Amino acid sequence: MSAGRTRVLVVPDFSVDPDSMILARGLRKSFGPPGAEFEAVKGIDVDVRRGEAFGFLGPNGAGKSSTMRMIAAVSPVSGGDLRILGMDPATDGPAIRGRLGVCPQEDTLDIELNVRDNLYIYGRYFGIPKAEVSDRVDELLEFVQLTEKAKAKVEDLSGGMKRRLTIARSLVNRPDLLLLDEPTTGLDPQARHVLWDRLFRLKQAGVTLVITTHYMDEAEQLCDRLVVMDKGVIVAEGSPLQLIREHSTREVAELRFGVAEEGATHETLAEKVADLGVRVEVLPDRLLVYSEDGEEVVAKVHERALTPVATLVRRSSLEDVFLRLTGRTLVD
Amino acid sequence: MPDLAFADGVRRQTDYWLTVYKRTWRSSVFSSFVAPLFYVVAMGVLLGGFVESDTGELEGATSYLAFVVPGLVAAHAMQTAVGETTYPVMGLIKWQRVYDSMLATPLQVQHLAGATLSFVFFRVATTCAVYMLVLAPFGVFESWWGPFVAYAGQLLVGMAFGVWVYGFSARLEDEQAYGLLFRIGVIPMFLFSGAFFPVANLGEVGSWLARLTPLWHGVSLSRMFCLDDIDWSTAAVNVVVLVTLVVVGWFWAIAGLRKRLVS
Repeated sequence: MSAGRTRVLVVPDFSVDPDSMILARGLRKSFGPPGAEFEAVKGIDVDVRRGEAFGFLGPNGAGKSSTMRMIAAVSPVSGGDLRILGMDPATDGPAIRGRLGVCPQEDTLDIELNVRDNLYIYGRYFGIPKAEVSDRVDELLEFVQLTEKAKAKVEDLSGGMKRRLTIARSLVNRPDLLLLDEPTTGLDPQARHVLWDRLFRLKQAGVTLVITTHYMDEAEQLCDRLVVMDKGVIVAEGSPLQLIREHSTREVAELRFGVAEEGATHETLAEKVADLGVRVEVLPDRLLVYSEDGEEVVAKVHERALTPVATLVRRSSLEDVFLRLTGRTLVD
Repeated sequence: MPDLAFADGVRRQTDYWLTVYKRTWRSSVFSSFVAPLFYVVAMGVLLGGFVESDTGELEGATSYLAFVVPGLVAAHAMQTAVGETTYPVMGLIKWQRVYDSMLATPLQVQHLAGATLSFVFFRVATTCAVYMLVLAPFGVFESWWGPFVAYAGQLLVGMAFGVWVYGFSARLEDEQAYGLLFRIGVIPMFLFSGAFFPVANLGEVGSWLARLTPLWHGVSLSRMFCLDDIDWSTAAVNVVVLVTLVVVGWFWAIAGLRKRLVS
């Protein structure tokens, strides 16, 4: 795979920088036969430093998972340069994977093994001696609060417990870099908070985290820095706060009007409030008016004798950043 | 050191396969050890009791029982290997995605195939060993050393099927084609590759077709050495064919698995 790819960039010797966890330049991934290729990742640059919590935010199909699989050294790079922990995944896959923890989007736990065996056997794949794995497994079960379930079958665990077990499994080799692909997708709110708490503790302990998510609250909770991906490219980069400051206003007034009120469409209503904010977004069910003072917007809307059935004033979030950058919402 | 050493990568999966065996050995007892005994009694002893034929017609066997059992063991090696490389392998690749989780570790495709096929070898080796031990008191072995060579031939034919069916599984989108594999592959071979009757009975064309099947080469080795009626040039051809199948099949299997899992 690597032999045929042309190197267009001069890449410095990363091995001299021990704090570079991920370095990608013009990274590409395409699938399918030549001529009918589908390009999932279209040339992205990424830098992740030791101790960071880094996020890939974007809707389904943005290229996040393809990027993650290349970073995990399981999917060959189609173009560009990639260094993980200073090594080239094309030639040093086993060495890289030995130092990574991977929590895939779908659980790949062995449902016929019990909880403890899932961790123990996985630890053995890394060549960790038996006694050592056994000790680590006990520690990890404690960490993810599954000690009492050690003998339970994986099948009998709840969704949240399975995720925690997958995270415990990804930590069994004490990774330098932990990759989490959509860690809380499909979990109920309580289970998500338990998981975030555990991930936050890892972050505090100095583990470098790389997270993909299409939940902006998750990105805001966990990420120091993130990139917003859309259709295979990076459309913005920064801390959650920076991104919000750069691409949105402090507040948002959400105005919900009744369906086709007096023949007025959302578009015509948007024209009537356009001057009240910096920007107005028209969604199928509501208008978003971006302004430094949302309450003032709502007051003025009422002064103009417009009668939204519901209003909400809130802080701007990454969802608004995404909407601004791509013209689409994150979760369709 | 880009690649993990092959033996090391395979060894790291020992605990996994031990756990799998602990979980499944009970259910394999019937198919591996009891069913073969039923075959020997039903086909060899009871049905064979009606077969009156002279030694010349039975490829050197003094009774139909002595004729049929070496073939049955070889056929059983095939069936065990096919059984272990169809649905269980589809489970590892697709249903439970155990392979995906393994590939996130330092393990590589060749290590996964190596460990799985080592397990298949273990299953073939144990079931054939038990089968041969059960047969010893029936007085069907004509020399003390021949059965050991016959046993090696059984392992060889088992693994020839093991690697090819494994490679087939690696390329299959879903399990539907297994029905076809059994109907037009395994069952006809089981019936017509010389396990139950001399292939010469199939006529000129039929007997040559039968000799083209991998199973016939295994049956031939197994029978010649059990009965101590050895044609060394035939034996050499049998060994060359089976060894070639194992080696070529191994590389074909690895290539298929890599294409399937590393994209």
